[in-house]
Amino acid sequence: MARTAIEFRNVSKQYTNASQYAVSGVNISIEEGSFITILGTSGSGKTTFLKMVNRIYEPTSGEILYFGQPIQNLQLEEYRRKIGYVIQQVGLFPHMTVEENIGTIPQILKWDKEKIANRVAELLELVCLSPKDFKKRYPRQLSGGQQQRVGLARAMAADPSIMLMDEPFGAIDAITRQNLQDELINIQRKLNKTILFVTHDVGEALKLGDKVVIMHEGKIQQFGAVYEIISKPANDYVARLIATQDIVQRLKVLKAQSVMLPVDPLTRDNAFRVSKEESLHKILTYFLEHDHNHVLVEDERRSVVGKITWDQLKASTKQGKILSA
Amino acid sequence: MMIEESIGYLLTNIDKYYEAVIIHIEISVAAILASLILAIPLGILCAKNSRVSYALINVFNILRIIPSLAILVVAMPILGTGFIPALFALTLLAIPPILINTYVGFKNINPSIIECAEGMGMNAKKILFGVEIPIAMPLIITGLRTSATEVIASATLASYIGAGGLGDFIFTGIGMNDFRIVLIGGMSVALLSVFTEVSLAVVQHSVTRYQRD
Repeated sequence: MARTAIEFRNVSKQYTNASQYAVSGVNISIEEGSFITILGTSGSGKTTFLKMVNRIYEPTSGEILYFGQPIQNLQLEEYRRKIGYVIQQVGLFPHMTVEENIGTIPQILKWDKEKIANRVAELLELVCLSPKDFKKRYPRQLSGGQQQRVGLARAMAADPSIMLMDEPFGAIDAITRQNLQDELINIQRKLNKTILFVTHDVGEALKLGDKVVIMHEGKIQQFGAVYEIISKPANDYVARLIATQDIVQRLKVLKAQSVMLPVDPLTRDNAFRVSKEESLHKILTYFLEHDHNHVLVEDERRSVVGKITWDQLKASTKQGKILSA
Repeated sequence: MMIEESIGYLLTNIDKYYEAVIIHIEISVAAILASLILAIPLGILCAKNSRVSYALINVFNILRIIPSLAILVVAMPILGTGFIPALFALTLLAIPPILINTYVGFKNINPSIIECAEGMGMNAKKILFGVEIPIAMPLIITGLRTSATEVIASATLASYIGAGGLGDFIFTGIGMNDFRIVLIGGMSVALLSVFTEVSLAVVQHSVTRYQRD
């Protein structure tokens, strides 16, 4: 059972001079190691929600807990160093090299020089930038995508357990954005960070999140796994939001394991095998290109855990469509 | 012709000249340091507190309009003659450019940089010295360049109230209708200004290295 990393207890936030609550009565528990995307239009309260976690904003009422402790009781700077923070504007320090930017917090924590240099190199590798070519550059000598990679590396410098990301790829071109999304998924799998990722892009939210929080008018409309959001929208708003994605896009974010049928684990037929992480879109493509009417789903250890038939695939798309209509 | 005669005069009065140069530099450096110590914190205060900024910047802009000579004369009954009133007047003269440039330098910092610094867990002191001041530094130095040249030029007036410096040569020369002496004073002040300007430009060049490729 994973521990609860962040918990909101009846949290509301009203800005001074605002008549309405930006966030009202939010209750949510976020498990350690999960990748949560927070989806909403502008003004939905999603950014306020995120920025209350690292106390950029303070809630008007309610309580936020970090591994069970109220965050107000923690020393502010020490607490923030346990939380990586990445924003759309990147916010790199223009007068520092890439290396110095990433080393800022390790330096404050008084790591020795060699440890900092190693950490910087390791992080640059992780975000797919060659340390040799990049560590001495200044932020303005980098492209937008490269800057955000450095921003990500800097946020992870002191190995925070939680990452807060506010539309980090919002200002980046579509192709680079896709690469960054894929890399972020890999990084999360590898390091098992808890990630809270705010976005207004439905496709991005569904692609990245294990679970999605949908916010509207300061309230959580639905909090659930991608499959639940698509197949069982909690209300009209969620249904309409998801309906902006066509069937093919939805199939791209649904994973084999979310719709597979149980199967005898000893099944040994010659059907094509797919990973349980495979998207239904790939499986559909396979069905269209081949004459088979089912595929077997296997886990990381390559043992069969389920199967998906043509009918099942069709049903999974219909289900979402009917409910969202 | 006149330059040769000036050099001749200079060589016979070299001790007096050295003394004047040193006093001139001392007064200028003291005034610039005093104004830095006052103007940078005030500029930062203005940038962080909009209620103070309007009043403070206007007060110093008005003070700047008053000629230094007038300030010298007005300050004399209170501060007497010599080094201190000269320092006072020159400091007042030097504050506005540094104050305003510090203010603008801080105001120009992209707020998302500060938000990131806070989010990363830097405290206010670390953000001020590690992020804000370095980012504002090129503009602060621009202000310092303006102030320094103004102070060096105006320090000639200090000799009016008995503080000495290269102004002694200029005013003595004018009084005696001897332009050799005026030239020595004038040229020396000009050289000091140029030298200061060039050295500060070099400093500025090195702190803005990151802004160039």
